[in-house]
Amino acid sequence: MSCECEKKLEAEFSTTKVDISLMDEVINKFNRENGNLISVLQDAQEAYGYLPLDVLQMIADRTGSKRAKIYGIATFYSQFRMKPRGKYIILTCQGTACHVNGSDAIAEALCEELNIKVGDSTSDWMFSLEEVACLGCCSLAPVIMINGEAFGNLTPKSARKIIKDIYASEKGEAGK
Amino acid sequence: MKIRIGFGSCGIAAGAKKVTDKFSQILAEKNLSIDVSVTGCIGMCFYEPIVDIIDDNGVFTYAKVTPSMVEEIIEQHIVNGQPIQEHLVSTTEHPYPELKNQVRIVLKNCGIINPEKIEDYTENDGYKALNKVVNEMTPEAVIEEIKLSGLRGRGGAGFPTWFKWDAARKSKGSKDKYVVCNADEGDPGAFMDRSVLEGDPHAVLEGMIIAGYAMDANYGFIYCRAEYPLAIERLIIAIDQAREKNYLGKNILGSGFDFDIVIKTGAGAFVCGEETALIASLEGERGMPRLKPPFPAQSGYFGKPTNINNVETFANVPWIFNNGGAAFAAYGTKTSKGTKVFALAGKIKNGGLVEVPMGMTLREVIFGIGGGIKQDNEFKAVQMGGPSGGCIPRALLDTPVDYESINQTGAIMGSGGMVVMDEETCMVDMARFFLDFTCKESCGKCTYCRIGTKRMLEILDRIVVGKGNIEDLDTLQTLCTSIRDGSLCGLGATAPNPVLTTIRYFRDEYLAHIVDKKCPAKSCKPLLTYTIVAETCIGCTLCSQKCPAEAITGELKKPHEIDQAKCIKCGNCVTVCKAKAIAVE
Repeated sequence: MSCECEKKLEAEFSTTKVDISLMDEVINKFNRENGNLISVLQDAQEAYGYLPLDVLQMIADRTGSKRAKIYGIATFYSQFRMKPRGKYIILTCQGTACHVNGSDAIAEALCEELNIKVGDSTSDWMFSLEEVACLGCCSLAPVIMINGEAFGNLTPKSARKIIKDIYASEKGEAGK
Repeated sequence: MKIRIGFGSCGIAAGAKKVTDKFSQILAEKNLSIDVSVTGCIGMCFYEPIVDIIDDNGVFTYAKVTPSMVEEIIEQHIVNGQPIQEHLVSTTEHPYPELKNQVRIVLKNCGIINPEKIEDYTENDGYKALNKVVNEMTPEAVIEEIKLSGLRGRGGAGFPTWFKWDAARKSKGSKDKYVVCNADEGDPGAFMDRSVLEGDPHAVLEGMIIAGYAMDANYGFIYCRAEYPLAIERLIIAIDQAREKNYLGKNILGSGFDFDIVIKTGAGAFVCGEETALIASLEGERGMPRLKPPFPAQSGYFGKPTNINNVETFANVPWIFNNGGAAFAAYGTKTSKGTKVFALAGKIKNGGLVEVPMGMTLREVIFGIGGGIKQDNEFKAVQMGGPSGGCIPRALLDTPVDYESINQTGAIMGSGGMVVMDEETCMVDMARFFLDFTCKESCGKCTYCRIGTKRMLEILDRIVVGKGNIEDLDTLQTLCTSIRDGSLCGLGATAPNPVLTTIRYFRDEYLAHIVDKKCPAKSCKPLLTYTIVAETCIGCTLCSQKCPAEAITGELKKPHEIDQAKCIKCGNCVTVCKAKAIAVE
């Protein structure tokens, strides 16, 4: 039986139902070996794009860990997300070199172009905008990374253009 | 003839992929069969994308290559044998001037070899040191050689490497021992480890295997941060290749020694750079530090003896055995031996990676190799050591880079990030930036770190908007001392450093914010006043159109005016004004 606190916490999660069977492969891969909880969560997020509540509960049951522990780990590391994300994940670098070279203005321009706040996704689920501590491309500051690809030496204008280009190519593909 | 293209994260971000595609396309069109290979970052990130043409006359390096230049390079250089002088930055006869004062031990292969081909590494003395170590040397002799070299941990604290290896070797805790490579390069503004992993992953593997042999460990982990996807990809390739060639696995090179390496991807937590937190994270837990002792050498990964070194430390090891510990110790100062790789970034002309002998002065690194400040602005400070370090002012530019001298300034050597700041950088804002970082990254275990950094951040937040008062400076100092003394791990203990060094060297900037309510660097927007200079204004109306607060009024072709009561200090008018008629005070 779950207590009030747990219900309150559960309410924070997305209510979308997911296909839990994708998890079988992930769980079997790690075979309940010691010390693989983070890897399990990483693979689960890879499979679903985020960590749905059902998946977290299943991981707890199948690994024999307390639910609180799984939730604790998932919220400790910045990589894990409990909300669905867009097709393109934009990471804006918050590193020192980027800060000194005007990363705030880049983030502002992206927020305006996408009409969302940092941490949110666009309503068409095309883009999610997130902050990251440092992408390690400091000599090209300010930098953003979109789905693993880094873009450097940005200005607010060139940052907006990247978004426009992606939208344009998406529309082109949809039209085909 | 061979074409070599810089394919580090930086090169790719600058457009190396498009350039490579263009080369392949045109070479195919012209029916030329020339090998196009990729390489890591040579460190000259400001020149990316970099293309080397290697022929009988040597290496010719083209910088800032765009797809539109490719046809010309192929036509003139490759087909007609006429290098295009105006695009060349380096040739075998006249190599990069930036390399003149550098000594490359860690970076010797970066930007030269193809990191995805083990043959490229072995042709450049790769795995020679390993063969010598496992077949000719005793573990004790290996540790002795490292001791002779004077190698100290390159991750930040500078602990003697031989001592850690020796402690792990002598540890009686368990037969199973572990070697861990800390590739969780979390310092914002540092990218040495990323470049080494992307450019020369086998050197790190070789260093780890040698460490394993020295301390009688059979397992290794590389804990690499998820933000470095390319580094992870290349490590996976390198490990597979090394297994195939029996540099990893059972009975390595017929020596009877077994060793294997597994990659673990970090999930994003700065505190995991701390040894005990990293171990907790490897075990699948929240990455929270614990009290030392017991040290990891006694009780680390699941209670087993564990030795953790940084990427750059391991990358030094093969060179030491190929050239001797004494040759390594010949570089550097009395207490800091060898070289150090620095990541130059911020307001610097030639941003990138440099490797210099320890003891070179900051001035030589920043102005000699780094080329000075962008737009020839005034140098203000250099930030070393990330959130655990501090800002070193102009007066101390002649400080030599070695562990002790940098510590004396209040900063730390750290992992090697050097973020250069000019007159437009506000030092109070800088301190606020780092506090914001440590506050977010505090794991929450120790009260002083968890709550203290938050209180400090609140004070700095007040100061940068002009709401600080003079007592705040004393409160900050008190909090600094308490956080330093009341925190378990390095993250908390060093979190006050950015604030302490900026108060120490730039007290006048704090006072300007608190007393005069001004930001001398003109960076803290709430403290600025925007006015239009009537004589310069051409009355184009652009600013009034772009002003979100409708604070700018004026007729076409006549000087405009800003209503200070309405102005929200967004700075849009400065950005759009073509006549540079907006004065900022």
